[in-house]
Amino acid sequence: MRKTGFIVASLAGLLMAGTAFAQTAVKIGVLNDRSGIYADITGEGSAVAAQMAAEDFGTDKGITVEVVSADHQNKPDVGSNIARQWYDTEGVDVIADVPTSSVALAVNDITREKNKIFLNSGAATSDLTGSKCSPNTVHWTYDTWQLAHGTGGAMVAAGGKTWFFLTADYAFGHALERDTSAVVTAAGGEVIGSVKTPFPGTDFSSFLLQAQASGAQVIGLANAGGDTVNSMKQAAEFGITQAGQSIAGLLVFVNDIHALGLDVAQGLVLTETFYWDLNDKTREWSARFEEKTGKKPSMIQAGVYASVLHYLKAVEAVGSKDPEAVMAKMKEMPTDDPLFGQGVVRADGRKTHDAYLFRVKKPADSKGPWDLYETVATIPADKAFRPLADGGCPLVQ
Amino acid sequence: MATQTSSLDLSRSAGVEAPGMPALHMWIFAGLLLFGLVAPYILYPVFVMKVLCFALFACAFNLLLGFGGLLSFGHAAYFGSASYVSAHAAKVWGLTPELAILTGTLAAAGLGLAIGSLAIRRQGIYFAMVTLAFAQMVFFFSIQAPFTGGEDGIQSVPRGHLFGLISMAPDRNLYFFVLAVVFIGLLVIYRIIHSPFGQVLKGIRDNEPRMVSLGYRTRRYKLAVFVLSAALAGVAGATKAIVFQLASLTDVYWTMSGEVVLMTLLGGMGTVFGPILGAAVIVTMQNYLATFGDWVTIGQGIIFVVAVMLFREGIVGVLARIIRRPL
Repeated sequence: MRKTGFIVASLAGLLMAGTAFAQTAVKIGVLNDRSGIYADITGEGSAVAAQMAAEDFGTDKGITVEVVSADHQNKPDVGSNIARQWYDTEGVDVIADVPTSSVALAVNDITREKNKIFLNSGAATSDLTGSKCSPNTVHWTYDTWQLAHGTGGAMVAAGGKTWFFLTADYAFGHALERDTSAVVTAAGGEVIGSVKTPFPGTDFSSFLLQAQASGAQVIGLANAGGDTVNSMKQAAEFGITQAGQSIAGLLVFVNDIHALGLDVAQGLVLTETFYWDLNDKTREWSARFEEKTGKKPSMIQAGVYASVLHYLKAVEAVGSKDPEAVMAKMKEMPTDDPLFGQGVVRADGRKTHDAYLFRVKKPADSKGPWDLYETVATIPADKAFRPLADGGCPLVQ
Repeated sequence: MATQTSSLDLSRSAGVEAPGMPALHMWIFAGLLLFGLVAPYILYPVFVMKVLCFALFACAFNLLLGFGGLLSFGHAAYFGSASYVSAHAAKVWGLTPELAILTGTLAAAGLGLAIGSLAIRRQGIYFAMVTLAFAQMVFFFSIQAPFTGGEDGIQSVPRGHLFGLISMAPDRNLYFFVLAVVFIGLLVIYRIIHSPFGQVLKGIRDNEPRMVSLGYRTRRYKLAVFVLSAALAGVAGATKAIVFQLASLTDVYWTMSGEVVLMTLLGGMGTVFGPILGAAVIVTMQNYLATFGDWVTIGQGIIFVVAVMLFREGIVGVLARIIRRPL
């Protein structure tokens, strides 16, 4: 698989530093979508982020890092084939990223079977730290529970009491609607209606008109990918946000907003756990990332960086790459990185940190091509993620 | 179709040549078996198992297209539904792998009977569209049905114990089981092609009114080959579910139907060994070019265009023409 120049650089660095340390060679496989709909938010950018983590970790600590990457095409069989091959024949120690829940669940199983480590950043399913949790998996960046609660709860708190859902008609959409409805109701809001849209869909006009006619304050988009983009474009054509209704995107990434443009996306409210323009540290790192890739990082790419960095710190602390010891260390040691700040990896593998409710800026307020969000609310780490006891993870019972 | 005339001459002469298996074919089968036996020691076993599953799938499809003359554009339905049923049987009902595969196969055959009995009433592009439409129905069913797990698919399917005795967890054990299943499947297809039934099929493919005038009930033959093809595609899909321990929407999606057409055309439609080679080429590309992202699909497209423009008989079809022997 693709070897980076990094190993050469780190070896050269080692020669200069002398050989005072015992050597640990770590191989990290970045497995994600490099050609399909998630290529922008994961893809090559995640591999770059993993390399940056290795560089920032430093070459003077007796650990050499090699980063390889591959495309799973969002197909679980392709992904599981690569994962098996990496673990069995190519000596990969850690698989990172892995968007698309079906592929992530497959890699989750294989990693457990082979006793390696899986640092998930890209997948949404909260099952990874719930019923299907594994002692070998860390789920870093976000999950469906967090998205539903972040957007749902914070929107109601911000005054969006009545909701209408546009729900993609498949399990993921149903789950997102169900979870968000529960949050909205619990927070004192009201769901006044919902409509199921065929998946995958291109024409959302009649559903949007229904949502508009319902008079709900918030229209929740319980969909993802192309459905979200299409429904947002058409909502912009109807001028829904200008007419006073808010649109809440339940699974939208900064790259989607950048691609859609502010004219279309303005006023959309969404939750992310990372944005490049949060503070000086995120701005500094994102500028370096942009130099290498030409884009600002998505929260998933940021999660790959932070999770790999934390893993390398744990390897250093343990002094070997033994998966059990390293996982124990990762959970014991508090996390601290420039992108997500301080946090912890819980017993169920869930990494917790603050989440943010953002609103997409109006074109007039934006100062640059990536100046897209204004922060509406910060959701503290202990509220942002599902409580440990509620996930049904066998590891914590 | 222009391609059929050339393959027709070859297969027709194959039928006339000998009632048993010609020596050349015997040697090729022996070579394939030998390669299959040593492959797990040279190559990564899970990868070879994937090639085997797709080889059987492509051969099953070729049985319908190359010998029945019926272009189905919905073969993913049988492949995928068998993989769902087999995964469900192994995981929820706790069946042993051979019974799980059998259950998946029966499901695919049943589905083939239902869809086939409607689809064979039409010909050409209408037939293709009807099969595609039914396959999309199966796809939407798979998204919605509770037992398929929606877009997450059925995960962590146990590999189980063969006949309740031999553990299939080590890759090599499973490999030899898969090799046996696929090889038997290939021999069954070979036998079907060269049986009197197969000869009638070729007759129908070349000129259906003539066969009707000779007194054959062509619809029954077409339905029979449709069900056989669906069942064999089901064997491949059910086996794949056990190998990868998962069944997912990829297997029922229409691109899978397209991929099997590509494999068959690339290897050589209407040849015995072509689809095996076609499947091997495509799966190898998907596996070893995974690093290069977009290039997998672009590469497949280029290969397909080159194959259609330069050698329509497919790789094995061209070889057969060069050595003037049917392959």
